[in-house]
Formats: sequence, structure tokens, C-alpha cells
Amino acid sequence: MKELLLGKLDGNALPHEWFTIAGSISFILLVIITALIITRLKRWKWLWNDWLTSVDPKKIGIMYFFVSGFMLIRGGLDAIMLWLQQALSSGSSQGYLSADHYQQIFTAHGNIMVFFVAMGFIFGLINYIVPLQIGARDLASPFLNTLGFWLFVAGVVMVNMFFLFGGEYAATGWLAVAPLSGKEFSPGVGVDYWIWSLQISGIGTTLGAINFIMTILKMRAPGMTLWKMPMFTWGSLCSMIMAVTVFPLLTATLFLVFFDRYLGTHFFTTLGGGDPMMYTNLIWMWGHPEVYILMLPAFGVFSEVVSTFSRKAIASYTSNVLGMIGVSVLALSVWLHHFFTMGAGANVNAFFGVMTMIIAIPTSVLVFTWIATMYKGRIRFDTPMLWFLGFVVIFAIGGIAGVMLAVPPVDFQLHNSLFLVAHFHSMVIGGVLFGIFCAITYWFPKFTGLKLNERIGRYAFWCWMIGFCMSFIPMYILGMLGATRRLDHYDASTGWQPFFVLMLIGGIIIAIGVALQLAQILASFIQKNRLRDTTGDPWNGRTLEWATASPPQFYNFTVIPHITTRDAFWEKKHHKLPKPAYEDIHMPKNTAAGIYISIFAFLVGFGFVWEIIWLVAVSIIGIIVVFVVRGFNEHPEYTITAAEVQQLEETRARKDLAVSRPEKHDDTDEDMGLWQLIGIVFGFAKDVIRNKRWRKW
Amino acid sequence: MSKINKKKHSPGGLLLLILLGLASFGLLLAFLLRGKNVALFNPKGLIAQAQLDLMLLTIIVLLVIALPTLFLVFFIAWKYRESNQKTIHHSGTRHSKLLDLSMWSIPTAFMLVLAVIMWSATHRLVPQKTIAADAKPIRIQVVSMRWKWLFIYPDYNIATVNFVQVPLDTPVQFDLTADEAPMSSFWIPNLGGQLYSMTGHVNRLNLIADTPGDYPGSSAEINGAGFSGMKFTARASNMDDFYRWVQEVKQSPEVLDTATYDGVLEPSENNSVAVYSAYTKGLYDRVLTKYAGSHTQRPAIYEAKH
Repeated sequence: MKELLLGKLDGNALPHEWFTIAGSISFILLVIITALIITRLKRWKWLWNDWLTSVDPKKIGIMYFFVSGFMLIRGGLDAIMLWLQQALSSGSSQGYLSADHYQQIFTAHGNIMVFFVAMGFIFGLINYIVPLQIGARDLASPFLNTLGFWLFVAGVVMVNMFFLFGGEYAATGWLAVAPLSGKEFSPGVGVDYWIWSLQISGIGTTLGAINFIMTILKMRAPGMTLWKMPMFTWGSLCSMIMAVTVFPLLTATLFLVFFDRYLGTHFFTTLGGGDPMMYTNLIWMWGHPEVYILMLPAFGVFSEVVSTFSRKAIASYTSNVLGMIGVSVLALSVWLHHFFTMGAGANVNAFFGVMTMIIAIPTSVLVFTWIATMYKGRIRFDTPMLWFLGFVVIFAIGGIAGVMLAVPPVDFQLHNSLFLVAHFHSMVIGGVLFGIFCAITYWFPKFTGLKLNERIGRYAFWCWMIGFCMSFIPMYILGMLGATRRLDHYDASTGWQPFFVLMLIGGIIIAIGVALQLAQILASFIQKNRLRDTTGDPWNGRTLEWATASPPQFYNFTVIPHITTRDAFWEKKHHKLPKPAYEDIHMPKNTAAGIYISIFAFLVGFGFVWEIIWLVAVSIIGIIVVFVVRGFNEHPEYTITAAEVQQLEETRARKDLAVSRPEKHDDTDEDMGLWQLIGIVFGFAKDVIRNKRWRKW
Repeated sequence: MSKINKKKHSPGGLLLLILLGLASFGLLLAFLLRGKNVALFNPKGLIAQAQLDLMLLTIIVLLVIALPTLFLVFFIAWKYRESNQKTIHHSGTRHSKLLDLSMWSIPTAFMLVLAVIMWSATHRLVPQKTIAADAKPIRIQVVSMRWKWLFIYPDYNIATVNFVQVPLDTPVQFDLTADEAPMSSFWIPNLGGQLYSMTGHVNRLNLIADTPGDYPGSSAEINGAGFSGMKFTARASNMDDFYRWVQEVKQSPEVLDTATYDGVLEPSENNSVAVYSAYTKGLYDRVLTKYAGSHTQRPAIYEAKH
């Protein structure tokens, strides 16, 4: 009876080790504190109506940023824990983690950073910026978008769920290689959490990608042909087409692992005719393109930023676009370079080596177009440009390492070593994460109406740069010393410890960088009068998103613009705009269906993890019911009449005028420094304590 | 803005600071590397040497294109900075076919060079290829288990755990497979690159040593809880020492029969070295056939063959 009700779930599943207890306590505390604050501020209704059920891609974008930012800190803590273990665990010292804990942490670190940080940020950016850049008011399917976001959130919750129930995550590495991930070698629920976390969020990604392809292909403003699209939109389009191509492959592969584990099939097992090598192929056929799915929008960001801050149109637009298309097509045919060491013959290995070298060509072309864009430009070095320059250095190092790894005989020596780990961190931190930071600094005025504090931003950038070099240059060297990845312990005689200590110090500097980025946002809000952007165009931008107010009205554009050239906004700025004739606007209604479906999807996953069959059945029925009910909703849209639009626009204009009137901002004439910020925060805390202000709360 | 502007006007100072930082960091690293076995730069055999040469060649070709590109990025960014009044700035872009052509052809040329180097090297250094040498190759059968390495010498009828000794200047054929273990990767960095060991497969890895010494070996691929402790020592010695060692092993009271083998097969961590003076005939073949497409959970092949 108990088994029928609760499956495998019992008292043993509750956390009883220090790190799961710590994890679940912080998990629960966080939920309680957030709930208390929202209740205290009486914001539940506002939160539900204005944000959670919203189908506005701008709001969904911001929500992606919140979740991913939070996960960045969560995954970063994992990284520090890993580094600490490696710095301590030499010779007779075993460090503070068992091998099993250590392996779970690096698996979680990889999954969180790739799926829930990088993917989340990229999807957030695409959500916010792409509709603005193509002159659209919303997406092709607003409902699919909210569904995709909430499935992503369900994945995030699932990946952290092991803290509360089960106490173990997969200890298999982020791709859960077979046969290690099979029931034979990983009997616990860890791999099941891994399967369902990726499965649910992966389906969300596929849906989101389909939606963005439709949006970009069908909803561009009149006159904007494909060859007039901004670079970020191009990068996003390439990325989303790749996502639609390969994510179904991940879904299928995960189902096969699931069948192996639940039904006792033999797709990837060692016995019974299973073929683990097949799994390695399938997972990398998805896994390699995945890296480029993250990278291409970042390339687009850099193109936009270089062009804007050089005050020049992107040079060789066609080459740049062809470069991105080239990367996205070739990325589908290089997966085998992840396992030259599996023993394929020379011809197979050499073929994939050549393909990998070919992919370096369009990537180099992108770099050259950026150089050509800067040539004879008028370059300003605001923080987005700093992130770009930092990216170029790290990406060059990582790229060299990457091509070295693409030569099979060299790869035999470097594969699975820390050199490889340093390589892909160069690509994902230097390329993707710096691209994301660059994008957030660049578009922050669009998101919030405020420019970010430049001074603290520079400090944060330098912390990231120095911390990165300090942790990853020793990592490259450790690879040369013969250190393999994922070691929780090594002999003192190897002499590796000083390098691991350097890595830990570098990691702490990066953590300070993250703290500074949070401080930067805080300082910007404190100085909001000084940093406010009322023009909608703080950087003298070129593309259409800068034609809207900052932040844009929920319908983006009062009147849909007609496009005649690339860099549409830049050209428009030099012509007089005719007075807009207001028209009716159709907007999608908010819906909570995405949330309900995601809750059910989460429960399906949870039910399968613990083998609670009734829960799975009920939840699947729940999903179907919500879909059907949603399908019968015949009025998913509403209309804002021209008169209402006019009123909204006028209110907005008055508001903007009111805040922009005081010509003299604060008494300072520059962005707040770090000490000043600390002073303000301390002053505030002192004021709270001295005047007992908490009583009012 | 005054303070920030001042900083912007002295990129030279910043550059100096960066170079100084990098130089001192480099010195620190060099200091820490003293006397360490930098395995990849310390090859002790033909294969490792060839792989190192290839790696250095690749780095050189790549640096020839990467360094000027990096220099160009920073030089152009600095030269066309907004505050530089002496330079001509253009807001328009003239489209140049020549520029496009060179953008595509330069990296293509470099990658072509690399691809040619790589293609022939991949065929030359394919790990399955027997190394040409005067001495007759020695065969060693390797079984990766949770979490230890078993070495079987079919030519001498001996077996060892976590220790392998090979004679100098003699090609060694490692036949890698696994038993009841996830994929592992057999790696002796001083002697040459790695290959995976997998159940039901034999991956042949040919290596050779030319300097006597003890070289660390490990599993490079994650394979479970005992992964970090799955290490072994590869000792290279001259022929006489090798034969002496074989004779020593032959004196060992331990024999690797089926029961002992099953004991070794039990998962265990941080295993010490063990030597066996003999082993049951057909042991290695049985490990292989155990996974040969049987559709029952436990191998029926055992009964079928014996």
C-alpha cells in the first residue's frame, strides 16, 4: 500500500548528510523569506498578474535573467566547493568531500551552468531583444513562450530537488556517459533527477526555439528582409534553428536512457547487446551543437556592440552572416572530436578533425569582421566594449587549445585532462558568459531605463579577467602535467597542489567579481536619477530596439515601423519622423496555463524518479486537460483602441519629461565608486538600527 | 567623468601593468614547475615524442595566425579610439570585395596547412598500428575493472594488478578491454596518448619506452566512486631487468584462477599492487565473450564455452 502511494519514497530519502541538510535548509529558508517579503509588501496579486502569468516576452526575458542569475550563484558556489576540495585533497589529506559528493557536485555544476545559466540568459536575451529588433509587438505564439519558460523553471527546481528528497544527484559527469549512468553502475535516484531535469527543460527549449524561428521568419516589420536583419537576430535565428535540429535528439536519447533504467531495455548497457558507444555518439551529436547554440547569439551581441561603439555599420555584413550560418551548419558534423580516443580508425578521426578545422574558418571570419568594423571607427570604451576585448583574448586562447584538441594524435594526450577542461571553460566563460555580461550591460538601459554604473562595472570586469587567468592558466598547465579531470584526490608526489591552490584563489577573485556585479546593479539603482535614460537611445544605437522608449511600452511599438535599410534606426535618426497616426493594437492576454502544465510536467518527472505511478498518470491527464481547456479559449487576445494608445503614449511622455527635467542630477558628477556605495549601504543599515525602522516593517 | 577619462588617456600605463602582472605570474608558475614531471613535455618514448612534436607544430601554426590577429584587434581599437584626434574616422563602411576575399582565404589557407599536417599525422600515429622496431613486440592484455587495472602477459603466463613493467625499445601492444566496469581510459602520459577500454571490445594501443623509469598511469575517464584512486605504475627497464622481474613474479604464491579473478573483479578502491605467477588459460577471451551479444542478463557464454 505504501509502495503504491509513495513509490520508493520513504524516510531514507530525507536529507541526512551535512551538505544535503545545508542545501535543503537554505532552499526552504529562501522560499519562506521570499514568501514573507511578498506577503508583507502585499505583492502576491501583482506578482501573479503582472509577471508570472505574463506572456510579454520582455517580462519573460527579465524572469529568465532572475532565475539564471540566481543559478549562476548556485553553480558558482559549486565551483568554489570543487576548487576547495582539489586545493586541500593532496597526499594524506582527503579534503572535506567524499568522492561521491565531489562527483555529484561537478555534475550539478556542469548541468546548472550550461542548461540553467547560459541557456537561461541566452533565452532571456532573445526574448527581450529579438521582437524589438525586428519590429514586432509579441511572439508568434505567446503561449508557447510562457510554457517554455515555465518548463525551464520546472527543470531548475528538479535539478535542485535532490536536496529535499533523495540526497543524491547524478555522479556521472554532466553528460551522464553510458554505461556509468545505467542502473548497473548508478542504482540511485541521482541519474533519474538528471534525466527529468534535462528532459523537461529540454522540451521547453525545443518549444521556445520553434517559437522564435516562427517569430523571426514571419513577424518582421514590413520591409525588413532577411538580409536587413540585425546581427543579434541573425545569431539568434541560427542558434534556434540548431536547437530545433538537435534538441529532439537529446529528448530521444534521454528517453532511451530512461527505458534502460526503468524498463530494463538494453540500448546502452554493457550486457544484453547494449552499446554504450552509441550513447556517446548520440549525446555528443546534441552536445556539440549545444555549445554553438549558446555561442551564436553571443557572436551576434559582440557584432552589435562593436558596431555601436565604433559608430559604424558592421563591416562585411554578408561575411558576418555567412560566418554565423557556416558555424551553425558545420557544428552539426564535428561531434566525434569529443571521443577520438574511443578507437575509431584513422580515416574517421581525421575526417572529424578536418571538419573541426573547417569550423575555425567562419569563426575567424567573424573576428576579422569585428576588426574591420573598428577600423576607422570612432571607438568608445564603455564597459560593453571592455567585455568584448576581454572575450577576444580568452577566446583566442581557448580557440588555439580547441584546434590543438582537434588533431587526433595530440588529442590522445590532452583528452580528459584538465587542459580540456580549461579549453571549454575558456569558450563558455570567455565566449558565452562574457557575451551575456556584455549584452546585459549594453541593453540594461532598455530593460530598466537606467544605465549601469560604469566604475564598479570596470572593477567587476577586471576581477573576472584576473580571476579567470589565475584559475585557468594553471589549469592548462595541470593538463600538461598529466592531471586528469574530475579528480577528488591526487598524490602529494605529483606536486600539483600549488596549482590547485592558485585556481582556488582565482575562483575567489571571480566570486568577488560577481559580488561587484551585484553591487554595480545596486549602485545604479541608488543613483537612478543620474543614470536615467529618457531618450530610449543612450548609446547612440543603430538598430530598431533603440527606437522604443526605455523600458519599452508593453506593446513595443506605437506604430509598426517600415524598414528600408539595415541599421534601420540609425538611418531614421537622420530623417524627420512623421507624427504617428495611432491605430488599434491587438495584444495577447495573460495566461496561467503554462504554469499549470509545468507543475504537472514537474510532477510527471518527480513521479518517475520515485516510481509513484499514480502521480505520473494523474499529472499526464492534468497536462492534457489544461491543453484542451486552453485550446477552447477562443479569445486569447484583446484590443487596445487607438484612443487608449494615444493616452498611454501621452502619459508616458509626461512621465519621461518629469524625470528628465532636473538638469542638475545629484551633487556628484560621476558614477558612484565602490567606497561610496559601501558608505551608503552602511549608512542605511545604521539608520535602520538606530531608528528601529524594522518595527514599521 | 574626469577620473575615468584620465585613465582612458593612458593605455600605455594599463598595458605596462598588464604585462608586469603577466610576467610575474609567469615567473611564479615557472618557479612552481621546477623539478616537476611535466609529462607532456617529458616524453619517454617514440609515440609520446611524436605527439609532442605534432602538438608544438600545431601551436606554432596557430600562433602565426592568432598573434597578429590579437595584435590587430588591440592596435585598431587603440588607434581609432574616440579621443584620438589625429586619426581619420569614417562613419560609413565601404564594401570591399578584396577585404571579404582575404577574410575568408587567410584562415582557409592556415587551416588547409593544418589539415594536411593533421591528416598524415593521424594516419602515421594511429594507435592501432604496430611500431616498427628491431625487437619483437610484447603483448600485454589489459582489463579495467572497478577500480583497478589488471595486466595479463600471455607470452609469460603471468598477471599483475596496478603495475606493468615493459622492456626498453620494445614495442608494446596493450589490448584494452573492461570487465563489469564503465568506460575507462588507459593513459600513461610520459609514454603516449590514451585509448578507452570498454566491455566487449578490444582497443589496441601501441606504445614504446626508450628511457628507464617509473611512469604514472591512470584512468582518464570518469568511471565511478573509485575513479581517483585507479592508478598504476608503468616501469620501463632494460631487457635483463625485465626478465629478472618476470622470474620474480613467477615465484609469487598467488595464482589468478577463476575464483581469484572473481575476487579481483569485486569493486574495490585504492588497490595496491598484486602479482600472479600464472593465470587460468583463456581468461582474457572469457572476459571478452561475456559481452558478446548475449541477450540474457548474466552471460550464458561461460557455460557454453566450458
